[in-house]
Amino acid sequence: MGKVIVVTSGKGGVGKTTSTAALGAALAQRNEKVVVVDFDVGLRNLDLVMGAERRVVYDLVNVIQGDAKLTQALIRDKRIENLFLLPASQTRDKDNLTPEGVEWVINELKRYFDWVICDSPAGIERGATLAMRHADVAVVVTNPEVSSVRDSDRIIGLLDSKTVKAERGERMEKHLLLTRFDQNRAARGDMLKVEDVLEILSIPLLGIIPESMDVLKASNIGAPVTIADAKSAPAQAYFEAARRLAGEDIPVTMPEEKRGLFGKIFSRRAA
Amino acid sequence: MTKVQTDSRSIRIKGRSFLAVVLTPELPLDQWLERLDDLAARSAGFFLGRPVVLDVTDLQIDRQQLGEFLAHLAERNVRIMGIEGARHSMIAPGMPPVLKGGRPAGDVDVASVEPVAIAVQPAVSDSGDLQTEPQATVLQAPRSALQSLVINEPVRSGQSIIFTEGDVTIVGSVASGAEVIAGGSVHVYGTLRGRAMAGSVGNSQARIFCRKLEAELIAIDGIYKMAEDLPTDLLGQPVQVWLEGDAIVAGKVN
Repeated sequence: MGKVIVVTSGKGGVGKTTSTAALGAALAQRNEKVVVVDFDVGLRNLDLVMGAERRVVYDLVNVIQGDAKLTQALIRDKRIENLFLLPASQTRDKDNLTPEGVEWVINELKRYFDWVICDSPAGIERGATLAMRHADVAVVVTNPEVSSVRDSDRIIGLLDSKTVKAERGERMEKHLLLTRFDQNRAARGDMLKVEDVLEILSIPLLGIIPESMDVLKASNIGAPVTIADAKSAPAQAYFEAARRLAGEDIPVTMPEEKRGLFGKIFSRRAA
Repeated sequence: MTKVQTDSRSIRIKGRSFLAVVLTPELPLDQWLERLDDLAARSAGFFLGRPVVLDVTDLQIDRQQLGEFLAHLAERNVRIMGIEGARHSMIAPGMPPVLKGGRPAGDVDVASVEPVAIAVQPAVSDSGDLQTEPQATVLQAPRSALQSLVINEPVRSGQSIIFTEGDVTIVGSVASGAEVIAGGSVHVYGTLRGRAMAGSVGNSQARIFCRKLEAELIAIDGIYKMAEDLPTDLLGQPVQVWLEGDAIVAGKVN
């Protein structure tokens, strides 16, 4: 049986979809079967980031309503053959997701895949609670700023109360993925420091993804950053996070301090 | 003649609470007594050694009927320690006293009385062991005044912990947007960033303790202070908060 991961945050725009795609592609490159599931019915984006927007025929809602078989809705990635996408519906409403339907789809996917990664919509309503409901592990995506941290805290509270695991009295495994982290701004005090975020949320750190143009570039060409530019700093950070998700015990790499052009020239001269 | 007090010690009067069984009879009384007999037959010794209070609030009977009713109960070995909800005209001399201000305390489970009946037997027979006296089982009833709630994880934004029966202890932090409401004191072994309300059911002796104060709001017995009104030198410090008269006072704890 595969593991079900929910990528969630509460707040929008912090990098849930980017992280879902990047982690999915990173895990798939370890020769494990991975499916990424878009739960953002009505505002889907995961198909764009995965570069599969023109190949969507059936979606999650079609499967739940019995209009299509699960195998018909799954889209195989063109670059990595053991990476699949189950897209969300763009035309339907969130109310078409039923708890029974979602449970059935997740259980089916668990039988065939090693990893089922659910991309949660923002907010704490139906879509988000259904996406987290059957998860074994949660990846809480947070930006180092106060509103994102508070929303993440709220989501962690829901993970501990509204999921099947919590209702059975078990502990939900939760990891913090700190995204869009800018070392320079954190040092200046414009952003929360890593220690501050960890102190407030008190869950283990999965990884720190540096703020980078490489992420935006990758999204625009329709590829997860871990496929588009595997050597880049954010991709390396996602690979590291994926290894940790798979159970490896490795230290978290702090993003290096980036110097501006003038800084570089200056430091060379000084050397 | 004046009385000479030979012993200088004054008499100390203490309070003690017992969990009383409340009987609420309904009209017609003879049918209600039949049902009582039925109950007594199923669990023998249920009323033995238990304080029993008679609630006659909704009962339309006069003094004479009440007297007869008490006699019927006495025949069944049900001894009434007090009468609740009675008009003064209903009470004759020699009847149990009128009680006021009782607080409700859940249903008494009749099925659980079997041990009482069993416990009576050794006391009557040879051993004479004090612990098996039926009185002891009555005292085992839960004492609501001594309860406390311990939470071993952080209280997250949007969560609220409400516990009016006593103290709340949180081994972890209370997040911004979370709230803790306690009938007694609030203890936070972490950072208090949300709201804490102690003594919520009218307890001015309750206090709030935290390892690091960054609270949005603190309140004791309904008197509150917002984050802006807190002394800035206490922010981020280990602090306790208490009530002096009608003013909230905060100070460092070391």
